[in-house]
Amino acid sequence: MPRSRLVSVLAGLGLVGIVAVTIGNVRQRSVKWTREELTLLRSLSLSSLAPLGGDPSNRYANDPRAAALGRELFFDARLSGNGKVACATCHVAAQDFQDGTPLAHGVGTTARRTMPIAGTARSPWLFWDGRTDSQWAQALGPLESAVEHGGSRTQYAHVIAEQYRDQYEAVFGLLPDMSGLPSRAGPVSDTAWRASWERMPEARRDDVSRVYTNIGKAIAAYERRIEFGASRFDRYVDAELAGGGHAPESTLTSDEEAGLRLFVGRARCVTCHNGPQFTDDHFHNTGVPLPGVSLPPDSGRAVGVRQVVAGEFNCTSRYSDAKPDDCEELRFAVTDGPELVRAYKTPSLRNLAGRAPYMHAGQLATLADVVAHYATAPAAPFGRSELKPVRLSPNDQRQLVAFLHTLSGPLVAPATYLEAPASRR
Amino acid sequence: MSSLSPLPTTLRLRRSVQRTALATAGVLLLLAACSHYRGSVPSPDIGMAKLSAHQLYRAAVRPSALPIPVRSLQVWTLHVETAEGSPVDAATITMNGGMPQHGHGLPTKPRVTRELGNGDHLVEGVKFNMGGWWVVRFAITSSAGTDTVTFNLGL
Repeated sequence: MPRSRLVSVLAGLGLVGIVAVTIGNVRQRSVKWTREELTLLRSLSLSSLAPLGGDPSNRYANDPRAAALGRELFFDARLSGNGKVACATCHVAAQDFQDGTPLAHGVGTTARRTMPIAGTARSPWLFWDGRTDSQWAQALGPLESAVEHGGSRTQYAHVIAEQYRDQYEAVFGLLPDMSGLPSRAGPVSDTAWRASWERMPEARRDDVSRVYTNIGKAIAAYERRIEFGASRFDRYVDAELAGGGHAPESTLTSDEEAGLRLFVGRARCVTCHNGPQFTDDHFHNTGVPLPGVSLPPDSGRAVGVRQVVAGEFNCTSRYSDAKPDDCEELRFAVTDGPELVRAYKTPSLRNLAGRAPYMHAGQLATLADVVAHYATAPAAPFGRSELKPVRLSPNDQRQLVAFLHTLSGPLVAPATYLEAPASRR
Repeated sequence: MSSLSPLPTTLRLRRSVQRTALATAGVLLLLAACSHYRGSVPSPDIGMAKLSAHQLYRAAVRPSALPIPVRSLQVWTLHVETAEGSPVDAATITMNGGMPQHGHGLPTKPRVTRELGNGDHLVEGVKFNMGGWWVVRFAITSSAGTDTVTFNLGL
């Protein structure tokens, strides 16, 4: 090809490119969002949520019989030291599985805010400090906490044998011999129960711990079916992606839309609150104030990561069904460093308008308080806050709060999963 | 060159216009490509194949998925060869990184877990928990010496 013709062809291709880009930009200007913004909005929508896979650490995770048993156990207050505390006591089904108080109240009062349950099957780390790495291991923590359920694992094994034997054995196989098993024993803070546990032969302790593990796995099989349903925000994004025609149920007001623009833009909320569950599943020190009541020092993830690495029920433990290669989050966890000090898990923002008060100990009463906190970015009480102040006018802050209200939707679960079994009402 | 006859003025002008149009198109297409880049990386240095800081090694990363996803664990392959092009298998390699604009590190502690041969090394536990500008750095020690290679990523 002669040189002059080659130059002409290349120039022609260049001009075609210019025309294509120009057309693209004209099309972008005809809608509210640029192509990049729409990609970001899509990434936040529930339509981007992948189907829930299995849990390699819990071979019963998708067994409906395990889930049915787990539902019974979740609402059963006999799984507590005083017979009055069930999982559902703090994880109130009608309140998005949380209790609306700054600190949870079980047998005693905890040092943290109750976390909601929906969508947690997708979380690599559970609890505010990520001290467990599966839903089933999470469920076991409160059962032996002195201030939550306040019981011990032999007591719970007796409850299973006496109340749920058939259901349990249909899923997990035969229960071990329960004769002569202490009524209260476990590796708990109660010294008498702990001493009783330590007197038991190791094989017997292991038998009981397997029953205890299976309680957690059944509860997880139930909990993992509870997911977030579509909110007005999701319907809005779907409509924008389809071309912008909005039915009333997919419409955002101008304030809500402006709040969304701030959320994904200047306010930088989307940095950590990303993905369809609005969480990066990681831990951050955001300089949240100390609780109003006196509590022991709380170093968040710095302690939580040590607990999960050493955890009796972690992904690599003998009670887990996972192969070591399945436990990548644990294998590659960051275990030290200043970033972990007073860092807490990024909570999902879905349904948060109905979940006041906010933060890991309910320190902030309203969403307006939360947005103001992020705008001012105060220094952390200890550790170092990752936040930098963001210039947000009172109107900006009001619009952000308006947007956050659009993230509310129903919970999605099999019929009856969102209420107590008839026997437990 | 002197043997070539001078171009007529009209032809010279036409070529000049063509070259200007081509250059303009190139610049505009580059700008368009940049504006559609997923993340904002202040450095233009976003190649996936790099020379190490002291030019001891050439290294290239091959993520398990492109575009690089956010929030999910990935397995990468790091290819290392000497500046002269010999594959480097026997090496001690560590990885770190973070977000310069945020002042924090990686959310995981990735490790080179296996030599794959032909200069390839398996890197497991790679994860990025948010979009934006990330920097990942490999420190490579072999018989050729110790050097570091840095990659900029826009997620």
